[in-house]
Amino acid sequence: MMEPSLYRFILKYSWRDQVYLLVLTVISLPLLYGALDLPKVIINDAIGGQNFPKDVYGFSFDQVQYLMLLCFAFLGLTFLRFGFRYYVNVYKGQLAERMLRRMRYQLFSRVLLFPLAHFRSVSQGELIAMMTSEVEPVGGFTGDSVALPAFEGGTLLTILAFMFVQDWKMGLAAIALFPVQMYLIPKLQRQVNALAKERVRTVRKLSERIGESVAGVEDIHANDTAELERAHFSYWTGIIYRIRFKIYRKKFFIKFLNNFFGQLTPFFFFSIGGYLVIQGDLTFGALVAVLAAFKDLSSPWKELLSWYEQKEDARVKYDQLVEQFRPGGMFDEALLEPPQGPPPRLAGPVVATNLTLAEEGGIRVVDAVNFSFDIGDRVALAGREGSGQSGLAKLLARLVLPTAGSLRIGELDLARAPEAVTGRRIAYIGHGGTLFQGSIRDNLIYGLQHQALEEPRYESDSDALEERRRVVREAMESGNTASDLAAQWIDYEAAGVDGPAGLDDRLVTILRRVELEGDVFGLGLQGLIDPQRQPDLADSILEARAVLSRRLAEPEYTGLVERFDPDRYNRNMTIAENVLFGTPIGREFDLEHLADNPYMVAVLERVGLTEDFLTSGLEVARVMLELFGDAEPGDEMFERFSFIAADALPTFQAVVRRADVGGLAALAEDDRTLLMSLPFKLIAARHRLGLVGERAEERLLEARRQFAAGLPADLTGAVAFFEPERYNPAASVQDNILFGRLVYGRQQSKRLIGGLIDEVIDGLGLRPAIIGLGLEHPVGLAGSRLSAVQRQKVVIARGLLKRADLIVVDRATAPLDPATQAAILVNVLGDAGPSGVVWVLGEADDEGGFDHLYVMEHGRIVVHHDRRADREPPPRQREAQAGS
Amino acid sequence: VRYADTITILRGIPLFCRLDPTKLKRLAFACTDLTFAAGENLFLEGDPPDGAYIIEDGEVDVIVAREGREVRVGRLGHFELFGEMAIILNQKRTASIRAATPLKVLKIDADVFLRLVTETPDVALAVMRSLSEKITRLTERYEQLEVRVAEVSPMTRS
Repeated sequence: MMEPSLYRFILKYSWRDQVYLLVLTVISLPLLYGALDLPKVIINDAIGGQNFPKDVYGFSFDQVQYLMLLCFAFLGLTFLRFGFRYYVNVYKGQLAERMLRRMRYQLFSRVLLFPLAHFRSVSQGELIAMMTSEVEPVGGFTGDSVALPAFEGGTLLTILAFMFVQDWKMGLAAIALFPVQMYLIPKLQRQVNALAKERVRTVRKLSERIGESVAGVEDIHANDTAELERAHFSYWTGIIYRIRFKIYRKKFFIKFLNNFFGQLTPFFFFSIGGYLVIQGDLTFGALVAVLAAFKDLSSPWKELLSWYEQKEDARVKYDQLVEQFRPGGMFDEALLEPPQGPPPRLAGPVVATNLTLAEEGGIRVVDAVNFSFDIGDRVALAGREGSGQSGLAKLLARLVLPTAGSLRIGELDLARAPEAVTGRRIAYIGHGGTLFQGSIRDNLIYGLQHQALEEPRYESDSDALEERRRVVREAMESGNTASDLAAQWIDYEAAGVDGPAGLDDRLVTILRRVELEGDVFGLGLQGLIDPQRQPDLADSILEARAVLSRRLAEPEYTGLVERFDPDRYNRNMTIAENVLFGTPIGREFDLEHLADNPYMVAVLERVGLTEDFLTSGLEVARVMLELFGDAEPGDEMFERFSFIAADALPTFQAVVRRADVGGLAALAEDDRTLLMSLPFKLIAARHRLGLVGERAEERLLEARRQFAAGLPADLTGAVAFFEPERYNPAASVQDNILFGRLVYGRQQSKRLIGGLIDEVIDGLGLRPAIIGLGLEHPVGLAGSRLSAVQRQKVVIARGLLKRADLIVVDRATAPLDPATQAAILVNVLGDAGPSGVVWVLGEADDEGGFDHLYVMEHGRIVVHHDRRADREPPPRQREAQAGS
Repeated sequence: VRYADTITILRGIPLFCRLDPTKLKRLAFACTDLTFAAGENLFLEGDPPDGAYIIEDGEVDVIVAREGREVRVGRLGHFELFGEMAIILNQKRTASIRAATPLKVLKIDADVFLRLVTETPDVALAVMRSLSEKITRLTERYEQLEVRVAEVSPMTRS
């Protein structure tokens, strides 16, 4: 729970540290006094003094020795003072960072307790801004909250005390203007605070606006409303500008006052102090010391004022955070506590009594519903969309709490059930499930990872153990969880398997149930493997390459694939690939930069291809300019077929013109490089321009040989060569098996060869390994690297994997095509076993396989059809039939 | 030089003959050359439309499946364009096309073809003309059939 005020928060979690800092501060003050007093003694006693030698603690000193003694004492004192300060600063910094971490953790934990409905009214941008940037100054302030005013105030008082000891009139002069400042500045500061508060609110509005524009960018383009959006944006930035400008004016006015009053004081010193020295009432040393002390006075005073500013700023922000992170209807924190022992299985009837769910504004999504079915039953919820089925499904999964009435499963009141029970024993599969960053596998097993089950084993006395201990200690200090991400989190038992191998089999089964196996297999084929780390798999894939090679000789497949042959020019790949005869790694031999590469240029020169490249490049440039010279920006044809980027067209136009005027030989080096870059992209079988790739095969082969033979040592890592007997780690599994290119102009080759590769893989028993590889495919941010259908299938599979006692499917199959929807429905019902299924029927879903059919209308159940009654004869009768 | 040949072929086709030279060249560059052995399918009835085809050399059979049997309903030859209807209607192929002889065709990808039709009024008009011709032919055939049906069984048309 968050404390209602900033200082309560600080004291609750750091009072010991604050007291410690206070003690340190008190200790440091005498040091300061000493450092102030010594210069006076040095001037008055050592430099201007008499009666030498002097005795100090039984030792005798002459004047110079005495001066040195005092000076070194001053040096030591100064070192001590600033060393102390260093220590205090580090301590404060550590404290502040811990408090910041604690605060962020608490805020995040609270977000996890928000009622789902609240997320509709709060924007992601706002939450992110609050938890990252807005909380930072608040955390930073906690270290300074008590110690800084104590230290700087103490310093100030010490210096003042020192002044008063020297001469009370000087002391008075020093503080003469404090009352004015103390009256004026808080007044101004309050205005600044109000503005700061407004600024925070407005910036949030702005981030909300930005978030909305980014999310709705498609609609902005579709409606040509960019100007409207810009106007909205401009409106908010205008307001922020005005607020900030006001803040600046006030802030700088405060600064002006401080500076002005600060410089007014020396006026008193010189006039009053000078008069006193002339009169002989004050020693010269004392005046110097007071002036030196005054120099020191301005710093704590400034610090105090800026601390006050910071405090107000932090207070404002804290109050707003507390307000924002306390929406109504939050889940009880206790429900999210990690459980002791495995959660019990759900048993008994599912009973709703007057179950009601009201939204904000009082609309009753689910309206006083009553029903009862057995936990193992198959239940269909039907009705027009928006009739309350989805609300009921969410209630059954305890994603929302009932507004009234109750929902019980056996003895368990769902509203009071810990999430360890509802989140593990009930599966909710919605239609907008989210994928998290990581691989497909990570996302499938997401629902099996509730807590760290087994700590990783750290060697005793190892650095890793020491590091782990440090991490735990720090996490404790700031109230964060110390759960180890490196621990074993996967609850194999929940998936009904005994270890990683079993889990893999189970994953494949479930992928098949949701018809995702083929896609994952395809992704696996596109995946990369490291032959060093998976030598066996690499060997198997090489075996597949050999088998495929034999099969390609069959008449059905002849002429469909042009294989990589070190001694033959491949007309179905680019000139670049033909010369490299491998896959570029990194940017060194990147297709776009080959003509810039000195080694490549030298190789071409050596085999006498430079001229061919230049003439061909000129010809390609001519064709491109002719075809696309007048293309509109963003023209699709252009994007698909042009060798030249849109913004480079004018450059090439100029190059071609220069070549026409002065000939190729007269071109400058840069122009030649540009032209040379074009032929690399030519594919003989595809582009049919009658250029270098078609005419100079022998010399290109020679270039290939020379390129490989003379490759400098520092470039060996920049290309993975096509070698018939070796695995190419930079190419996909599929390319490694195919070891060639599909021939252009054969319509069926893709389908036929795809089928053949599948056949070869199955023949060698490689399918599980390839699927395993596909499971490692990263899904991207929010699953962006998968299609919408694939994402949804992963979400469904994730829900099925944990073998919940009750599976709630809330229109999860809606984004899929009707045939797949039907298949998944059958699969889920068939696979559920003793688990219950509650299915919100879509338009295409068939209610045939269900025991109960509830039809909803306006949040109420209007029809209940117990289908077991009309489907099966009563048990007794059934026995009789079996016997007959 | 194949690219130049393609331009000549396209210019010889009524649909494209009035296309301005740049667009014609662009189209030629975007075309794919395909070769088929006799008996190979170019596409099957029910496939999504992937492109329009122009026969450079050879002949194809137009085949539909009726009650499990394959029926040849037509044959196309030199420089004939086919496959464009499914693109315009954005529906599945209504017939299969099979190479009757060793075959060379030019394929225009569906999206390229659509852009060409929507951007160039002349081509759009030519497409309309060719579709109208097809309709006229079909209507004529339908009328002939109806006449013949009437002759065979006069009772049905009392």
